[in-house]
Amino acid sequence: MFLFRLKRTAKLGIKSLWMHKLRSTLTTLGIIFGVSSVIAMLAIGEGASQAAQEQIARLGSRNIIIKTIPPPEDKEVSGQNQSMREYGLTYLDAERFRNSIRNIEVVVPSRRLPQQAWYRNRKVAVEVIGTVPWYPEISPIQLRAGRFLGSIDMHHRQGVCIVDENVMKELFVFDDPMGQDVKIAQDYYRVAGVVSPEDLGAAAQTPGNDTEKAKAQGGANVGCIYIPLTTVRNRFGEISMQYSGVSGRTMERVELQEITVKVGAMEEVLPTRDMLETLLDRFHKKNDYQVIVPLELLKQARQTQRIFSIVLGSIAAISLLVGGIGIMNIMLATVSERTREIGIRRALGARRRDIVLQFLSETLLLTLLGGILGIGLGSLVPIMVTHFGRMPTIITGTSLLLAFGISGAVGVIFGLYPAYRAANMDPIESLRHE
Amino acid sequence: MIRDNSGVVEFKADAPILVMERLCKSYELSSMELKVLRDIALTINEGEYVAIMGPSGSGKSTLLNMIGCLDRPTSGDYWLGGQNVSLLDDNQVSLIRGARIGFVFQSFNLIGQLNVIENIEVPMYYQGCSERESAEHARELATMVGLGERLEHRPSELSGGQQQRVAIARALANDPLIILADEPTGNLDSESGAEILKILVGLHKKGKTLIVVTHDEHIAEDAGRIVEIFDGRIRCQ
Repeated sequence: MFLFRLKRTAKLGIKSLWMHKLRSTLTTLGIIFGVSSVIAMLAIGEGASQAAQEQIARLGSRNIIIKTIPPPEDKEVSGQNQSMREYGLTYLDAERFRNSIRNIEVVVPSRRLPQQAWYRNRKVAVEVIGTVPWYPEISPIQLRAGRFLGSIDMHHRQGVCIVDENVMKELFVFDDPMGQDVKIAQDYYRVAGVVSPEDLGAAAQTPGNDTEKAKAQGGANVGCIYIPLTTVRNRFGEISMQYSGVSGRTMERVELQEITVKVGAMEEVLPTRDMLETLLDRFHKKNDYQVIVPLELLKQARQTQRIFSIVLGSIAAISLLVGGIGIMNIMLATVSERTREIGIRRALGARRRDIVLQFLSETLLLTLLGGILGIGLGSLVPIMVTHFGRMPTIITGTSLLLAFGISGAVGVIFGLYPAYRAANMDPIESLRHE
Repeated sequence: MIRDNSGVVEFKADAPILVMERLCKSYELSSMELKVLRDIALTINEGEYVAIMGPSGSGKSTLLNMIGCLDRPTSGDYWLGGQNVSLLDDNQVSLIRGARIGFVFQSFNLIGQLNVIENIEVPMYYQGCSERESAEHARELATMVGLGERLEHRPSELSGGQQQRVAIARALANDPLIILADEPTGNLDSESGAEILKILVGLHKKGKTLIVVTHDEHIAEDAGRIVEIFDGRIRCQ
């Protein structure tokens, strides 16, 4: 009986909305945009957070990265004379980490040099990473062909290199890189293996670092070439020239650009970080290093994401609220416009409850229709953002349900008052209403 | 056809269909009490044809609203089919109104967005009739009042006389005991007015209780009884 009534009430509502197509459409627009903004914002927020967290996770949640940075106080001095600047992490540091902190499982020292690589007549900007054979333990790279660096390469300072797939594509194009020779600076290196790109993205880039230098020296690099650390030390040396506009050139001596350590478990990351800092603090008088803890970044990213979600959610909620108020406004106008109809219906036996149901169902239908269309539009927006803006977006089922539920709730909340107003009109006065 | 869970629609067969005793209605108008009906005592038996007459402002429309349970008396009692309407709540009164009373208004009061069939269906809808049942019944009623050809038309596409026929068909939808007509021919030309009157009188002859509020002496001539109301009081009946 009740269901049957509901069906007829819904039918009546649809009919009456259909009679005012334009008005219904305009009214629904508010809800459509509200719901679609909820979905789109949640999808974009979720996508951004997922991407950031993935990037950070690729850095390794059990890793601690110590990077060399130019010490700030040294900069002023360098403006006055041309003396050699010596700073940064040293081989000794790596040795100390290995020997004095028990938690550390792996220590990977590496040099990172922006260089240009040649193959036949092609030239690309690359980042040369001079490192040790166990580098893959702290990096997400995967072997695609050949082998990674070995201890024999290290020992004999071999002129071998491993290229990543990006370099392979740009430099070798259609050729098989295996066994080919790549020219970097003055020397040739034979390709012994291919690995997947590291692709750390923005999260791995820290200010004042190699990446910026690389950009200054001819655009962003296309990828990485891995060379034994000993070979790099031998062939490139540790001194580099810095050209700056005002002071001419300065010499810099940096032993290692980066030391990455890996601990046994995630709980050990933060204590180990403290130990590392104490250790570094003792031997580095200048503030020439930076400790990056991906795990902490991950936590920060989640925190940021939460705030981001709240902000986006509030904006979306406000737009839904505005849509709801718009609906209430229109329903109030509809009620007063249909005063006479209400009077007639009351005279013909409609109870107050029937009138409430009639107007409430109209509002509900409007908002649910808006909800459905809004879900459609709201799903389309993230797809377009992904396609044109190259930003990852994720539409979750929860966000769809949430948006639909909210639109229903908006319908009930903003429909009740107009419906009650309609039901409580005096039938006699309504009948006299023109 | 009529679904009634509370039993309020059951009428006692032996009692007069309508009894009013010392019925008063007054409105508060800026601290002044405006008495519209004073000490109304009225009894109408089933199957009667009663014309209510009186000058404008005399209270006859208020009396009609009172009979039709649209308004509630300030004091006094009103029995409709043996039920004391003053004791019923709004839901029950609405149910009685829909089931037992058919309204015919001067200005037709059809719902503009609905077509003929849908307009006739409205009272049945509120009594909980099924869709098929009510559509079928509405069609019969429309044919009965001579609108079998115009079932899909909107009120605005009909003449005044035709609209009033729809209104009569709608008043008959739930097979009521009482038909209340408030100046049913007031907005019509004399020809269609006469036709409408003919239909109403025909209904009376079929056994419906017919109460008509009118200025028109001709209508009153046909009525079995004339209740004249003046200044809120019944002057003669």
